[in-house]
Amino acid sequence: MTVVEVLVRLALVLAAFLVFPLVIGQTEHKVMGHMQARVGPIYAGAFHGWAQLVADGVKFAQKEDVVPAGADRRVFRLAPAIALIPYMVVLIAIPVGSGDLVGRSIDAGVFFVLAVMGVGVLGSLMGGWASANKFSLLGSLRTAAQLMAYELPMLLAGASVAMAAGTLSLTGILGQWEWWWLPWQAVGGVVFFTAGLAELQRPPFDMPVADSEIIFGAYTEYTGLRFALFLLAEYAGILVLCALTTVLFLGGWHGPWSDDLGWLWTLLKTGVLAFVVIWLRVSYPRLREDQLQKLAWTGLIPLALAQLVLTGVVRVAIA
Amino acid sequence: MSRIPGAGLAKGLAVTLKTMTKRSVTQGYPEVLPELPPRSRGVIALFEENCTVCMLCARECPDWCIYIDSHKEVVPAKEPGARDRTRNVLDRFAIDFALCMYCGICVEVCPFDALFWSPEFEYATDDIQALTHEKDTLREWMWTVPAPPPLDERAEEPKELAMARRNAAKLAKELEQEQPQGREPNGPASPGGDA
Repeated sequence: MTVVEVLVRLALVLAAFLVFPLVIGQTEHKVMGHMQARVGPIYAGAFHGWAQLVADGVKFAQKEDVVPAGADRRVFRLAPAIALIPYMVVLIAIPVGSGDLVGRSIDAGVFFVLAVMGVGVLGSLMGGWASANKFSLLGSLRTAAQLMAYELPMLLAGASVAMAAGTLSLTGILGQWEWWWLPWQAVGGVVFFTAGLAELQRPPFDMPVADSEIIFGAYTEYTGLRFALFLLAEYAGILVLCALTTVLFLGGWHGPWSDDLGWLWTLLKTGVLAFVVIWLRVSYPRLREDQLQKLAWTGLIPLALAQLVLTGVVRVAIA
Repeated sequence: MSRIPGAGLAKGLAVTLKTMTKRSVTQGYPEVLPELPPRSRGVIALFEENCTVCMLCARECPDWCIYIDSHKEVVPAKEPGARDRTRNVLDRFAIDFALCMYCGICVEVCPFDALFWSPEFEYATDDIQALTHEKDTLREWMWTVPAPPPLDERAEEPKELAMARRNAAKLAKELEQEQPQGREPNGPASPGGDA
């Protein structure tokens, strides 16, 4: 791999990282609008408000960047970057198409991806702690509790796929994938997706940023661009989660004509999952903090363990 | 409630998905004007010519948001020996729409049909003082008042029309009686013109 090729791949990953979260965000605006019998943004950019997020970005850039007097300045300023960058790093390891269509194929892919995704939550924790604000602190501690609860089922579900394929590499998993893995790993997929939603603090798991009780959780004190970066991190997180679910559980680039159109299949499946994320947000009310914990510990973890058992049994049976 | 576990969750998803496929209810207001019912209470218009400065509206107004100033004018006697009459002239009629609660009591109470509801509603301003509208503006709004709804098919004729017709008939009769004795009439009698 030459230097130029590496640079091209990184540039492509960066472009995807900058474009797709905005596409998801705009889709959310419009889909949410129509699901609530509204039309969503319609003015910015004239055609169905396509430039709404650009306008939002310009607005955020113009705003004053306030750091509270009692805040831990350096940590406070660093937090948005910590929240955002892990998702970009994860994106490098996600295979888009068959063969070598991946930013960087990593042998311990599943391990790497899940570990780095967990780092993103640190950004919320840092921001919440450094803000010197009770609401922020509460929000960030809820984030931490949620991470503790939901990282486990997510890892177990991921491990199930790795076990089925006999490899930790994401490209390797896709290489092994067969269509009947869909029903076989379905429970794990649901657990993975749900736990991922909770880790991203997306509704209905948005207790850490519950605006009706703790304003905006860890992000309460943030303004301007730093606030925008946190929001961007959320949408980048959706992209990463959906892409990862696609790769691990929905067969990634597998599909008819996957030799030529594999990347399209990945994009399509990711897009459908992103739509589901938005759909869930519109449809369900927020879970209470105790319900959140209960769902993880008494619902998802047993399910993930059952999936592991199933995977193991089937694997031994066919071996 | 639901027999199958998760049925409620599915129902929630179905509702939002169904809503998405339907047309949204949003009205594009500044571009598309709303279709208001004809008797909408948008603003109160003043038919100045009908006002006699009886002050009933100002007195009945629960918010005291109607301001009326007037003076008296002497109308000289028409016949010698008769008394001069006085007549009220309206100087100022203003409604403070910052105070008005759109109860419509003034419209109800006006005995001379000088106050009307108009469906006009686009008079918001950023200055609370500018919400006090004087009689010229109120008179302008009179043009936006829709015509009264038609009477029922077999309803009694309105009193005004009946009176006018009767007067016209009387005048025509008088003219007829004059004709054989006097000169020929200049033209056909115009009934109901000055009733």
